[in-house]
Amino acid sequence: MDPSKLEFLRGTLDVLILKSLVWGPQHGYAITNFILRQSDDALLVEEGTLYPALWRLESKGLLSGEWGLSENNRKAKFYRLTTEGRRSLRQEIKTWQAYAAAVAKVLAATQLPEPEEA
Amino acid sequence: MTTTPFWRRYARFFGPDPAADVKDELAFHLQAKTDDLIRQGLSPDAARREAERQFGDFRAVQRVGQQIGQKTEKRKRIADYWSDLLHDVRYTFRTLRRDPGFTAVSLLILALAIGSNVAVFSVVNTILLRPLPFPHSEELVWIAPPPSECGWSCATYSADAYEEFSSMSRAYQGVTGYEAFTTPENFRLTGHGEPVPATGMEVIGNFFQVLGVQPMLGRLFTAEEARSGALIGGSSGESVTLLANAYWRRQFHSDPNIVGKAIELSGTPVTVVGVLPESFDYGAVFAPGAKADLFVPVSLDKERMWGNIVTLIGRLKPGVTVAQALDDANRVTPDMYFNVKYADSKGRYKGNVVPVPLKEYVTGKLHRSLIALWFAVGTILLIAGVNLSNLLLARSAARAKEFAMRGALGASRGRIIRQLLMESLVLSGAGAILGLGLAYAVIRWLAHQGSLALPLLNSLRVDSQVVGWTVLVAIVTAMIFGLLPGLRMASGNLQEILKDSGAGAGLGRKHERIRAVLVISEIGLACVLLVSAGLLLRSFSKVLEVDLGFQPEHASSTNVEYDDSAPSYEQSVAKRAAIFQQVVTRISAIPGVQAAGISDYLPLGPNRSWDTPVPKGKVFAPGELPEPLVYVITPGFLRAMGIALKGRDFTWADGPKSERVIIINASMARRFWPGEDPVNKILMRGDEQDRVVGVVDDVHEETVESNLGAQVYYPCTQQGPSRAQLVVRSSLPPATLAPSVLRALRELNPNQPASEFRPIRTIVDRAVSPRRFFMLLVAAFAGLGLLLATLGIYGVISYSVTRQTSEIGVRMALGATAGRVQRQVLANTLRLTGIGIVIGTVMAIVVSKAIASLLFATSPWDFASYLGMAVALLVVAVASGYIPARRASGINPMVALRNN
Repeated sequence: MDPSKLEFLRGTLDVLILKSLVWGPQHGYAITNFILRQSDDALLVEEGTLYPALWRLESKGLLSGEWGLSENNRKAKFYRLTTEGRRSLRQEIKTWQAYAAAVAKVLAATQLPEPEEA
Repeated sequence: MTTTPFWRRYARFFGPDPAADVKDELAFHLQAKTDDLIRQGLSPDAARREAERQFGDFRAVQRVGQQIGQKTEKRKRIADYWSDLLHDVRYTFRTLRRDPGFTAVSLLILALAIGSNVAVFSVVNTILLRPLPFPHSEELVWIAPPPSECGWSCATYSADAYEEFSSMSRAYQGVTGYEAFTTPENFRLTGHGEPVPATGMEVIGNFFQVLGVQPMLGRLFTAEEARSGALIGGSSGESVTLLANAYWRRQFHSDPNIVGKAIELSGTPVTVVGVLPESFDYGAVFAPGAKADLFVPVSLDKERMWGNIVTLIGRLKPGVTVAQALDDANRVTPDMYFNVKYADSKGRYKGNVVPVPLKEYVTGKLHRSLIALWFAVGTILLIAGVNLSNLLLARSAARAKEFAMRGALGASRGRIIRQLLMESLVLSGAGAILGLGLAYAVIRWLAHQGSLALPLLNSLRVDSQVVGWTVLVAIVTAMIFGLLPGLRMASGNLQEILKDSGAGAGLGRKHERIRAVLVISEIGLACVLLVSAGLLLRSFSKVLEVDLGFQPEHASSTNVEYDDSAPSYEQSVAKRAAIFQQVVTRISAIPGVQAAGISDYLPLGPNRSWDTPVPKGKVFAPGELPEPLVYVITPGFLRAMGIALKGRDFTWADGPKSERVIIINASMARRFWPGEDPVNKILMRGDEQDRVVGVVDDVHEETVESNLGAQVYYPCTQQGPSRAQLVVRSSLPPATLAPSVLRALRELNPNQPASEFRPIRTIVDRAVSPRRFFMLLVAAFAGLGLLLATLGIYGVISYSVTRQTSEIGVRMALGATAGRVQRQVLANTLRLTGIGIVIGTVMAIVVSKAIASLLFATSPWDFASYLGMAVALLVVAVASGYIPARRASGINPMVALRNN
């Protein structure tokens, strides 16, 4: 599938970013790579979307940024989940799964349901 | 991610920079992508281009980042600020709690200083700054002749003059006035059991319309009622009245249906047409210390024959100035008659109609006193500020190490100053709250001092202006006492402080010098207050020493009701003489009563004059002789009042048919018969010949402090008194005497109301009450200033002894005696005080010249005041230096040296 064709649903990017930071602080580039690899190259996060989202999450206090060195010794900004961020992630996952399950159920329908007793 | 490398610590050395952060972050992203692409086989250039292409609009993203970054940064700064502030406040409370002695003392000082400032401000604001409690009160003017010797009769106008003036003047929207000779308890309220005395003001019908007072219930007087007036005591006519709010509440229990009901005043049914609002207090504006219960329209026709009777109040047309009104008055007066029936009375008021702003008439005399009071209380604030500054310096010296440590650990100077200012603000804020409470109590108390003859006191209250002033005073105080220690603290050399331990320390010495300067200025300010208070106190005692011309002790007075109505004037005179004689004889017979007598006017109250009599056989230029004040009295009155008499008193035998006799006062004797014995001389009043039978001492008529004019006494058996004030001289206390006097009066006249039986002393007290009020306040402030100065001296000396403990120890080890050490400390104290007194005396001389106009028979150079100040300060200085001196001499050299 061409990754660029898969549009992000509203709010989806935030939960993906939060999720990608569960195992520890990451810089922005690593986050894109994580999402791309984890979705089998289906989800490509564009830079123009990713960074504003990161900054917004940071200013909301879900992430905290700090400077550090990347694997090849370059100065990079690393994002870390705050306690608030972790709580938000748990919440978002639940919501997302419930939503996905509901959508899946509807799409899996094979016939019209029995009309309810009037 | 690896640990933060050391260079990161300096990356944002000059503070956070969100824009650079965004740039760095995005640059890293591009770099990482390029690296990946190179690894996939692209050439570095192509990889770079590809990375940039994939990124898209780099600048747009950067802009978004910068915006978000700035916003976050700002929010963080604000949050930091508040959390620091909160931290400071919490820290302040903790430190203040740790030092309860210091906190209590400084709160007490602040509460007293701020409280007195707030209370005085509210008095000044009420009396001087706020407009009078009438709509557009700046348009109101008081219209009166320039001050003269002949009392109220020369400060008022005749009914004809009023009518002519108000119809001819062009400057006014309306002119009104009131009957100036109304005396307290002139009516009795009957029909509710025992007759109760009531004070009714007779006002010109449009009085309330001109002042702009709206009734709370009912209506004001109509034009018709204004014209006909109320004839209380008579029987004819539909009389109407308006009730004062306080009287309505007290006497009629706030009866909401009072309007339209008839009440009985001195036997006449009178219809209540309205109740005045609470905001209108006649006494507070026109007669401080007095009250008016109800108002009736004056009948100008009835008053027409009485001569000068009404005071005038006008409301200027919008835009008309007082100067224009004066021009207008000067245009009108040449055509104004005293009495239209007499052609020669035209133009008598020439130059005698001078409008002044009503506000100035009501409060003008108090202007200087109040400003002086304001300065006095401001001085207290300064002294308190200096004192606290001193306390805080002592504390900050003790806390110097704490701050040095905080500084060493990275707190900025600004932060430390902020912390110290926060402490001052918290202290002065708490002090201000306590002070406001204090002021509230004082203001409540003052507002209910009915006997204090200061205008507008009834409207004294804590309002938003007062609260605003409190806040201002609190902040200014905090600045005064917080800034100096804060700056000193923050500017100190950290190392020096950390090293500084006890003996010979440079900073300690520097601190001490500043504190000495502070104490000297405190003593100087206290000097000024003490001298001012001394001068005012001397003035007040001089006022009390004034020979009033009568003996107020052991004399009391009450209002006597009588009915002298008779078909003819002669019969009326005879009837009245009989009644008065009965009353005086009866009251004199009461056991314990030494003398009793009746007069129609009493000293230090309202008064009147009739005309200008001339000595028989002498020629004086017109206007050379004064118009004497007139008193119509019974035999015995002079003795009852304690007025010294040369010649003979009137007797009951001085009847209408016998020779007309008068008694004059010494001033009149001097003016009318200079260098001669006036007894047996004849005074001509028109065709009437009056023989002088006695001369009495001058009696202070209007105020205790005024100069004395001519006075003449007529016997009530030959002239018509306007009412009867019984004066009783007795060594019995008035409270014991009152019931038997009232019983005797009731037996003679069942209509006698339960009038107040008041000691003559209270009349004098009321007359001197403003002076006493200011004197007491300034004295209280001086006492407070002295106390604060004492505290300051004690603090400095005590601290210097503590600081020099080891030095003193060494000296004692080397053989100095305890007495010597004590002397040394005391000498130190006296040196500070001495310098303060010298500086203070210079300031006091300047100030006392400024308040010279407030003094009475006291020179601003009054030696006793200065001496008293110096003695008081030296005594408290020695006392406050003695305790630390004792402590110093008790120092054990071994202990002192070991501790070092």
